[in-house]
Amino acid sequence: MANVQDIQIKDAAARSAQLASDLSRAPAGGEELGDVTGEKMVLNMGPSHPSTHGVLRIVLELDGEIITKATPDIGYLHRGDEKIAENMTYTQFIPYTDRLDYLAPLANNVAYALAVEKLLGIDKQLPPRCQFIRVICCELARISAHLLGLGSFSMDVGALTVFLHTFTEREKIYNLCESLTGARFTTSYTRIGGLARDLPPGWVEQCRKFLKEVVVNIDETETLLTRNRIFVDRSQGVGVIPKDVAIDYGMTGPNLRGSGVEHDLRKTQPYLVYDQLQFDVPVGTAGDSYDRYLLRIEEMRQSVRILHQCLDKLPGGPVNVPDLKIVLPPKDRVLTRMEELIHHFINVTQGINAPPGEIYFGHENPKGELGFYINSKGGGTPYRLKIRSPSFVNLSVLPWLLRGHMISDIVAILGSFDFVMGECDR
Amino acid sequence: MKALELAQQLRARFGDVLSAPLEFRGEITLEIADAERVPEICEFAKKELGFDYLVDITSIDNYGDDPRFTLVYHLYGYGHLQSLRLKASVSEEKAEAPTVIKVWRAADWHEREIYDMMGVRFRGHPDLRRILMWDGYPYFPLRKDFPLAGRPSDLPEVAFTEPAPLAGGPFVTISGGKDTISREPRVRIPETDALETNARLERRRDIKEAHGQAYGPGPIEPRKP
Repeated sequence: MANVQDIQIKDAAARSAQLASDLSRAPAGGEELGDVTGEKMVLNMGPSHPSTHGVLRIVLELDGEIITKATPDIGYLHRGDEKIAENMTYTQFIPYTDRLDYLAPLANNVAYALAVEKLLGIDKQLPPRCQFIRVICCELARISAHLLGLGSFSMDVGALTVFLHTFTEREKIYNLCESLTGARFTTSYTRIGGLARDLPPGWVEQCRKFLKEVVVNIDETETLLTRNRIFVDRSQGVGVIPKDVAIDYGMTGPNLRGSGVEHDLRKTQPYLVYDQLQFDVPVGTAGDSYDRYLLRIEEMRQSVRILHQCLDKLPGGPVNVPDLKIVLPPKDRVLTRMEELIHHFINVTQGINAPPGEIYFGHENPKGELGFYINSKGGGTPYRLKIRSPSFVNLSVLPWLLRGHMISDIVAILGSFDFVMGECDR
Repeated sequence: MKALELAQQLRARFGDVLSAPLEFRGEITLEIADAERVPEICEFAKKELGFDYLVDITSIDNYGDDPRFTLVYHLYGYGHLQSLRLKASVSEEKAEAPTVIKVWRAADWHEREIYDMMGVRFRGHPDLRRILMWDGYPYFPLRKDFPLAGRPSDLPEVAFTEPAPLAGGPFVTISGGKDTISREPRVRIPETDALETNARLERRRDIKEAHGQAYGPGPIEPRKP
């Protein structure tokens, strides 16, 4: 790499430009880049850096302003969730799922409940009302997560207004969550075989009101960004991930679709009632940060569309499966009848008796495919529970992707990735 | 094409090391008898059977059984939308398997995580370091013989050495004080400054009596070293 020609260029700007064009010709994954000008610097970014959205640390090797090597260092938020899961009943683990992708706790709750229900073999027997409410939960969580993702992305590239703008709308989602689950953030709303409680009175109207307001907000957000010269310049053509690389690295969610792979688990492996709902899956073409941004905007609109259909179609009836060995019996009957008392006691002390076997369930979370692999040897606790988190896998492309970019592009790339370290480190 | 047919095709090619497909909840699992053949089988599954997306690699510790570790590969194909699970066993003495990073680059971090959590090494992996725990951590936390509460390591147990809040720390009011000022932790001063404190409280009381009106706690003075 270090040839005479490189050294002959005296002007620093010309030198970086030359190196950048070299790098763009032979991008990441190629041979190790030598120290062309003998001025490489190692810069530590994070774990506490505003653009790392938590505690991601990246060790950068720089030549001037150009990244020649990037080594992500993760694990600062590792809490051992998988180890914890092996030591408690299936129901007891639900609150821990709130803390995976903490920007979309409702979606995590649904994903985990569906995984355990798949193991129990009751995922097809859920009452329709439960399924619709779960879809509503997932889509609200998607809007909430994307609003934050867009807000922080644009804040990182210099547009602070958007962040405040989208947070106004997220606040309304939190209010909906609060009246639905009793908590704004740590929802723990699902139960194995159903939900913690039915929708409160007036919630559907509240949600419709929110949907009317959020579309206005999404449109306004778009007017702030989509044709904003600064935003476009900072994101277009930055962080381009070709289709084959995205698949090779196992990327999922909007980051995969931004690269032009039309794959959405809601369409390809429909769960709940997604096959009864009309919605489109937006797909990008360029695979750059700007496409990933456009995709999230469109996904929110599609989520609004799904939510309208769900609220219109919402059936009545119970929200829990009628099997008292899985869901807790009603409290008044626990206190007056022997059989319900026994079910309650066994359920709480020993957990739901799952059959031996192993399942994997992948759920289309806002960030990508959140999968739970559960290996059961029977009884109330999993023998092994693996969380396949989308942020972990999506971030693994960084060493390949960051090479050859300017240092200021990192914030645009990380912003467009929209990752959450709580989920990455588990 | 269904996952079962794909599994049969894989078995037709590698029948000597693959078990019969096992179906549970609509998912197909194949067991590989020899972990050394995993990359070869994965290569075939990717190239010929279209499993281009490696969803996940994980590991199970069958503590007390032999072989002790099981590696679990989840494959998926974007062309046919089918998934397949491959399992291979690794003994405790060896604790090593060949890497599949040449087949899917997604295997990089998954294999590092298994090494970090379970202690199974991947031969041929270009950068097999710990990923979630720090370099130099001596244990493998997801092994079944590692206790839930953890084990002491070279990191300090707690991040601070001040008295804990409930052990007389800075945020707890003391019951039994005769007025709010003496109970309030923010104005509490170490015992060496007690005389000064008392004098100050006296002054305040005097002011209150003289002026006949309530007197607030005033500006909080910094604690003396």
